[in-house]
Parts: sequence; C-alpha cells; structure tokens
Amino acid sequence: MPKQPRGLPEKPKDRKQVLRRLWGYLCRHKGMVAAALLLTLVSNLLALIGPALSGRAIDAIGVEAGKVDFPLVFYYCGWMLGFYLVSSILSYVLSVLMIHLSQKVVFRMREDVFQKLARLPVSFFDRHQTGDIVSRISYDIDTVNASLSNDLLQIATSVITVVGSFAMMLRISPVLVLVFVVTVPASILFTRYMTRKVRPLFRSRSVKLGELNGYVEEVISGQKTAKAYHREAYFLKHFDAKNDEAVDAYYRADYYGSMTGPSVNFINNLSLAFVSMFGAVLFLLGHLRLGALSSFVLYSRKFSGPINEIANIVSELQSACAAAERVFRLIDEEPEPADAPGAAELEEVRGDVEMTHVRFGYLPDKIVIHDLNLHAAPGKLIAIVGPTGAGKTTLINLLMRFYDPNSGSIRLDGIEIDQVTRRSLRLSYAMVLQDTWLFSGTVHDNIAYGKKGATRADVIAAAKAAHVHSFISRLPQGYDTVLDGGGMGISQGQKQLLTIARAMLLDARMLILDEATSNVDTRTELRIQEAMRTLMAGKTCFVIAHRLSTIRSADTILVVKDGDIAEQGNHTQLMQSGGIYAGLYRSQFQ
Amino acid sequence: MKKIFSVYLRPYIPRMSVGLLIKFTGTIMDLLLPWILSYLIDDIVPRNNFPLILWWGGAMILCAVAALVTNIVANRMASRVAQLTTRAVRHDLFAKISELSCRQVDGFGIPSLESRLTTDTYNIHQMIGMMQRMGVRAPILLLGGILITWMLEPVLSLVLIATLPLLGGIIFYISRKGVPLYTRLQQGVDAMVRTVRENITGIRVIKALSKTDYECARFSSVNGEVVRREKKAGITMSLTNPVMNLMLNAGLTAVILVGAWRVNLGLTQPGKILAFLTYFTIILNALMSINRMFMMYSKGSASAARMVEVLETPEDLRLRDGVSRKEEAYIVFDHVTFSYQKKEDNLNDLSFRLKKGESLGIIGATGSGKSTVVNLLMRLYDADSGEIRIGGRRVDTIPPEALHRMFGVVFQGDVLFGDTIAANIDFGRGLSREQITHAAECAQAKEFIDGLPDGLEHRLTAKGTNLSGGQKQRILVARALAACPDILVLDDSSSALDYHTDARLRAALRENFEDTTTIIIAQRISSVMQADHILVLDEGRAVGYGTHEELMKTCELYCEIGRSQIGGDEVA
Repeated sequence: MPKQPRGLPEKPKDRKQVLRRLWGYLCRHKGMVAAALLLTLVSNLLALIGPALSGRAIDAIGVEAGKVDFPLVFYYCGWMLGFYLVSSILSYVLSVLMIHLSQKVVFRMREDVFQKLARLPVSFFDRHQTGDIVSRISYDIDTVNASLSNDLLQIATSVITVVGSFAMMLRISPVLVLVFVVTVPASILFTRYMTRKVRPLFRSRSVKLGELNGYVEEVISGQKTAKAYHREAYFLKHFDAKNDEAVDAYYRADYYGSMTGPSVNFINNLSLAFVSMFGAVLFLLGHLRLGALSSFVLYSRKFSGPINEIANIVSELQSACAAAERVFRLIDEEPEPADAPGAAELEEVRGDVEMTHVRFGYLPDKIVIHDLNLHAAPGKLIAIVGPTGAGKTTLINLLMRFYDPNSGSIRLDGIEIDQVTRRSLRLSYAMVLQDTWLFSGTVHDNIAYGKKGATRADVIAAAKAAHVHSFISRLPQGYDTVLDGGGMGISQGQKQLLTIARAMLLDARMLILDEATSNVDTRTELRIQEAMRTLMAGKTCFVIAHRLSTIRSADTILVVKDGDIAEQGNHTQLMQSGGIYAGLYRSQFQ
Repeated sequence: MKKIFSVYLRPYIPRMSVGLLIKFTGTIMDLLLPWILSYLIDDIVPRNNFPLILWWGGAMILCAVAALVTNIVANRMASRVAQLTTRAVRHDLFAKISELSCRQVDGFGIPSLESRLTTDTYNIHQMIGMMQRMGVRAPILLLGGILITWMLEPVLSLVLIATLPLLGGIIFYISRKGVPLYTRLQQGVDAMVRTVRENITGIRVIKALSKTDYECARFSSVNGEVVRREKKAGITMSLTNPVMNLMLNAGLTAVILVGAWRVNLGLTQPGKILAFLTYFTIILNALMSINRMFMMYSKGSASAARMVEVLETPEDLRLRDGVSRKEEAYIVFDHVTFSYQKKEDNLNDLSFRLKKGESLGIIGATGSGKSTVVNLLMRLYDADSGEIRIGGRRVDTIPPEALHRMFGVVFQGDVLFGDTIAANIDFGRGLSREQITHAAECAQAKEFIDGLPDGLEHRLTAKGTNLSGGQKQRILVARALAACPDILVLDDSSSALDYHTDARLRAALRENFEDTTTIIIAQRISSVMQADHILVLDEGRAVGYGTHEELMKTCELYCEIGRSQIGGDEVA
C-alpha cells in the first residue's frame, strides 16, 4: 500500500482518532475498566502508606537502648503487614482482571479483522502481501495487547506513585524535596536524550536483522543451486557482509542502550547521596526525625523509579498507536460491494454464458481485456489458449465475479450476473485451479470442503475417481491424516488430484479448469481422463491448458492474444485457417 | 552450550576478564552507598561534625559516579564481546550449512536450518551480552549484599537470609510452571497464523465455495484457544510480582521487629536498620535478575544445542581414492541403485551410457526418479550401489569443485536471487558481458530482457517473484549456459514456456552447444523427442531406452504418453 503523503498537521488528529477507537473497544467492558482503575488507586495508595508506617516504627524504636516502645513497634508492624498483604492481593486481583479485560479486547479485535478479511474482495489479496496481513493480525494486535495490559496500568501506577510519594515527601520535609530539583530534570533530560538517540538505532537493528533473515531464507532455499555451481564461498562472502551489518547495528544500539541501566541507577544513587547528606544535616539541626529520614529514603526510591519508566511507556504507547492504526486501516477497507438490491438466487442453472463487449483492466489505465465477446451454450466445452499474460485467468476472475468488468455485460442464463447473489453465482461453478489449495485439516475434510454433509463413502468415491484413493490409503491415518502447512510432504501432483477430488463432489452446472492438471504427470493424467470426462459431462466447461491434447476435443477454442480473442473455432477449423493456433500446435513437433 | 563457550568465547577471555573486573568494581561501588548512609547516620551525625557529613556525602557522590562510569564501560565491553562472538558463530554456522550434503539438509529441513541461523544465533547474542552484564553484577549484589548486612548486623541478616530460599523457591516454582504454558501459547499462535495464511492463499476457493461463514467460525475457535492459553499463562506468571513484593515487605517488617528488640538490648543502632532496608531492595533485585538469567540461559542453551547439532554434523560425501579408466563413453551409469529414505528404492539397477556431445532425454511420471538421476550424477547424494563415471572417473573420486565446474544446471523449481538479472546469470563466477548476453540470447531471454527498462541490470525481487514463470525459467537456463559447461542439465526447465519458445530454445541449444553433453528432464514428449537417447523411467526402473522412433515401437508407456500428448496418428 502506498503510504499517505506525509501531512504533519494531520498526524495528531489521526492519533486521537486511533485512541478514540481503542477506547471504544475498552468501553464495551466499562465495569471492568472502572474496577481496574479503582483497584490500581487503592493498591498503590496502600503501598504508599508502608514506608510511612515503617518510619513510625523506627521512631518508636528510638536511638537509645532499653527505651524501645515495643507495643507501638508491634502496632505499626502489624499495620504494615496488613497493608502490604492487602496491597499484594489487590495487585494480583488487578493483574488477573487486566488479563481478562485485554484478552477480551484482543479477541474482539482479531475477530473484527478476520471477519473483514473474509469479506474483502479478491483484489485486496492480489494487492497485499500475505506476510503483511498476517503480521497485522498477529504482531500488531499483540503490540496493542501488550500496551493495553501493561502500559495503562503502568501509567496509572506511575502517576499515583509519583504524586503520592511526592506528597508524602513534601509532608515529611519540604526542604529535603529540593534535592529533586536537581535530579528530576536531570533524569527527564537524560531519558529524552536517550530515546531520541537510541530509538533510530533500535529501529535500524531490527531492520538489519530482518534483512539478514530474508537473505538467509533466500540462500538456504537455493542451497542446492549454490552447491551445484560451487558458489558456497561467494554466498558466504555476501552473508558475512549482511552478518556484519546486523551485529554492528546490534552493537551500536547496545552501545547507547547499555547506558540506560547504569545511568538510571546513577540518578537514583545521586538522589540517595543528596538525601543522606542533607537529611543528616537536617537531623542534626533537629528539623527531621530519624524515622522520617528513613521514610524519606524509601519514598525517594519509589519516586525516581517511575519517572525513568515514563519515557519507555510513552515510546511503547507510540508503537501501540502505530500498530492499532495499521489494524484499523485494515478493518476500514472497503468490503466486497453488497449484492444488488433484490438480487436473485440462482436455482436451476442451465449454464448458458454470454459475454458481450467486455472491457476490463486491473488498473484503470492498464486495460487487459479490450472487447471480448463470447457465447458458451449449455454443456459445451470452451478451451482458452494463448501465451502467458494474455488474460486467460482474468476471464475466470470475471466469470466468478472476483472482479467486475469496466464495461460490457456478462449474462448467465440470460440474467446479468450482477443481478444475482454472488453466493449463488459462485456455487454454480466448480473449479480446479493451478495453485492447489489445501488447508490444515484431515484429508477427508479437505475433499468434503465444498459439500456439506458429504459422507465418507462420497469422499472415497470422489478420491477413487480422481485416482488418489490408493495414495490416501497409504497415508498413516488414511483419510483422517491431518495435512499441515499447506500439505507438506505431498507432491504438487497429488495435491492437485486432491483438489480434483474436491471438485468431483460438487454438483455445479459449470466447471472451470485452470491448468487443472499442470502438475500431474501425463500418465496419471491419462488415468484420470475418464474421471475428468465424467466430471465434465453435461457441464459448461471453461478449460485453460498448456497441453494442446486436452484442447483438441473442445467445442470452441478461443485463442487469446493481448486481451482480445484473436481466433475462435474448433480444432479442425483453426488448423485449416493456419493462424496462431496452427502455429502453436505445430511447434510441438519441432 | 559448552562448545559455544569453549570455542567461541575463549579468544575473548582476557577481554571478558577485564570487563568483568571493571564490572566488579562498579558493583562494589553500588554496594558501598547504603553502607556509607548507615555510617553517616550512626557514627558521623552523633559527632555533630558538618564538614565530615559533607565529606562522606561527597564520597557517596564519588561512588555513584564511579559506578556509572565503570558499569557503562563494562557493558560496552560486554556488547563488543557478544558482537564478535555472534559474528563468528554465525559465520561458521552458515559456512557449515553450505557444506552440508543434500541428504543432511533434508534431515534438518530448510525451515529448521533457517531458524537455527536466525532466531537461535539471535538468542545466543542476547544471552552472551546479558550474562556478562548481569552474570557478575547479580551474584555480587546478592552475595555482597548479604556479606555487608552480615558485617553490619549478623542477627538481622539472618532474618533476611531466612526469607531468601522461600522467595527463590516460589519464583523458581512459578517460572517452572509458566514456561510450558508459554510454549503451548506459542503453538496456539502458530495455529492461528496458519489459519489466516490459509485463508489468504485460498481466498478464491473459499469465495467460490461460499465458505466464508465456515472459515469465520474456524478462526473464532483458534482465536478463542489462543486467548484461553494466553490468559492461563498470564495469570500464572502474574503471581510472581505480588508474591515477591509481599515477601520483601514481610521481610522488612521482620527486620524492624527483630531490630527493635536488638536496639532495646543496645546491640544495634537504628541507622543500621535503615541501611538494611536499602540492602534488602538491592538483594531482591539481584534475585530477580538471577531468575531472569536462568530463563535466558535455558533459552540460550536450547538454541546453542540446536546450533552445535549442525556444527558437529560429520562431513558427508568424502572424496574417495580411485584411478580413472579409459572408456569411450563420457557419462556412465553402471547398475546404479539408490534410495533417499533407505526403504523403497528410488532408482533401481539403472544403467546407461552417453558419449560426449550426445543428448539424453528423461521422461516418466512424478516420483519415477527423473531428478534423482541428476542428483546422483552431480554427487549431491551417493549411490547405494553401482558406479557413476564421468570421463572414466568415478564421481566420488572427483573433487567437488572440479566436478561441479563441469555442469550447467537448472533444477526443478530452481531459484533466482534478489539481485540484477546479470548477477543472477553470472552467479558470482566473474563471466564476461559477452558470455552473459550470449547465454541470454540462446535461452530466448534476450527479447523480454531488452523490453525491461534497465535491461540486464533489472533488479529481481527475492525468488524472482516479479517475473512470470516462463521468464524465470529462461533466466535460469541462461545461467546454466553462461559458462559453456561440459554437461548441461535441464530439469523440467521449460514447462512454463509455450511450445513456440520451447522449440526455439531447443534449436538454439543444438546450434550453439553441440559439444555439450545435454540431459533434459521433461514431462512433455516434445521436449525430449529429438534427443539422441531417451530414458523412460517408471517407479525407479528403466522401462525404455532408445530413440523416439524406437520407443514408439517398443515401449508401451512411452507410446501411451505420446498418444495422450500429441495424438498417435499424427506422429507415426
């Protein structure tokens, strides 16, 4: 997808909108959100009281031996334990609540994306890379999820902790708080500097790593070729360059990134040093009790933590926003336009297809089909021949309404196909495509995919007809063998036979075969010819094939060239006219 | 893991030792701070000595600065070591993988090799860096913390030590339970991604069969499963923090209680309790780091094991000794039998002879062993029995460079790389421009290459996805032709060409490469019918060997194929 031109002023508005929509997802669970915020507030406040109590307890101990006020120490310690216990329980309850909440949101989001995906027109998938779509539904939504379940609470916690401990410190000793006049701006400046410096470095680190991964994938899958040409050293040299770039980018990111820990620690230590120093002075001057100093030290530790954290959270939020935006953009894609109002359900299809003056291009300025006229009477076999890229597959895209023509009309049994429901139109075709598609499921499910309630007997009959039964029987679990990863371990030819078996189960009146046996060897093809003939009997068939032997018996052969029909007729007629078809046919024997 | 450490980290031991020493100093500085705090309050403050307070305060700041500098320096040194180690490991791994024989690659599987080279080396990189950064710091903070508290106040530190095993035990228990849950979650996510992928690649079929609702339901169920597993893992792991906090704070309370009793007996001072509270936090953080290190280490050692498995794979396909014999035939298969899985034979007792400059066509069904012939000839696999000779020498006595230099080959489903067309044809062999253009011309690729805006300098995407199938095949053929090989092997490399182009390609081969011994594997009879010899394979056995005319008379299978493709009547 081409990115929008960079309009800087628009950015904040976009982000606001993204946040509003995210909020919309959260809003469906208002009760849970409210409970979560309440819990955060309470558990953090309770945790804040702890240091105050321990300060009191230390005061109760006093400085001199034998003068410890035990009942008071016990009293405060009791309270401390109670507070800490309740606070811990609350924070556990809170995280469980947040997990439930964020998982509800994530579930909904994934469903929304997938529902949209299932309803997008085919053209969307022709334009977008699979990997990109997959990363939106997995990686991007995960990013949003992580941010929802951590960052929101983290922000709430940080704010409460910072404000709370600041208030507490202020109460204990306003003068000592002045220490933070030095350290807080220092840490803010430092984190800002770091994020600005480090973020591009981390980005380049993941980019370089991605490049390395891509290179490895490319080269390892071509390893046999590299070996055959003895090019191992050549590829190793290239790999080393990529590897260097990747580890160098990693090092550069680390070089600055590894400053963060020690620096945060330094700022904490600095605060501690100042607090000790001035605290001791104040204690000497009698402005501060010892217990108060101890509480102050504990609060100061609590206080500086989140400030350093906030920079991280902000950048996480930014990436979550970017991720959410990508997800929403997918959800906002235009779905396949609705069926025309009052569109008819096709019922008894005869299979009479007529195309008149059809003009079509995938892009408005690149017309693939200029002016196509074609009539297929019921039960006829139409073969489509022509060089690659001449628009053969486009014809099928139009017949099935994966795409609509720019102009002209396509009629089925005399009805314009945009006046019938897509569902019934598509169901009136059976098709076998060159790109075989199997999903991870049992062999049975894959064959029975198009027919509801197909029995095992039906499936076996279809498999037998497609000559895959004996192959299936040899699989470890026969028809219940689970195919995974696009049917790995099965040859292309066998995959194609499985999809032919699938098509055999359908009772459609029309049939589309797009290079349906291109991966099947000739011998097997010969064996299934009988079955193919049964499959084709009485149906209007559209056949695209390289092998001219399949085509010789067609009722009509269309020779497509540069988006137009160059020749039309049966085998004998076309051979006699001595045109393109005759040339193609003869070149077999040269 | 041991191997990774002993081989790859050894050169950096001096550097690492210096780094760790620096780290050690820095960590000690961190530990000194709270100790100074307690000294300040208990010993200096009662003396009412302002300058001394400032002195010690200054010492604290100095310690903080020292800790900052040393830690940053040490971290950077650690990053450098991690960088250099990873580079070496990755280099060796890649080199080793390119040396693996095809059988060994089959054994590992390509996706697995890929992830060993990427994810696993990445894990090792992270781990080596992390272990150096925290491996010293965390134990020192832990032990040092305990030691200092022990020196400050042995009894109070007993309280502290008592809570540690409990804490460690709980963390260990929770993470032990959590790790398998995350593994299961990852499997769930994989299943979900697979479903999405399937829906994208099969969109036409799904729409044609109107299975949209069914697919939505299928996705819903995997989605639900992922959510269920993630909840379970999350809820288990989120127990760690509250429990740790509770233990920490309970320990603190206990320190105060015991401290109160000790102060009352005059055995300790409250300043020490104060210092204790700070050390407690340090020790706990150290414990958390150690917990993380264990997780990291177990992840890293799993990765290391996977890498070492590849690195230690013994060399396959050794060069054997043998003398060359004089014989007329250039390529000889002498009673060759071979099996990939060592179960069913993929080639059975195959024999044939080719003279120099002759051509062989191989035809047969999918899985009949056509490509296996090439795999054995090029010694990508070793035959189980029988001999294969080229120019009188057994192929297993010819050094691989020399052997492979004789060939120009296009495999079935061969690959192009993300580089220019010229570079894909040249393939790093340093060929001249004329050789490349000539090869492109013979391969019938010139016409479409000239039509591209940058011609031969046109950049291909990885795997050549921006070309059509026929265009890819022609560039691959050009690659095979470019170095004028002694033996040319074309395995199913014209299937995407139309008959016209295919015929022109064969004509060009006859004209320009008459001295080249050619082996063409095809499914189309028209691609092989003019070869000097045609080998018909069926389930690994030769069922016919001869010329087209001979085979049409004698070989039943060949006739069958011939008739189906071009109609018997017209061929006769």
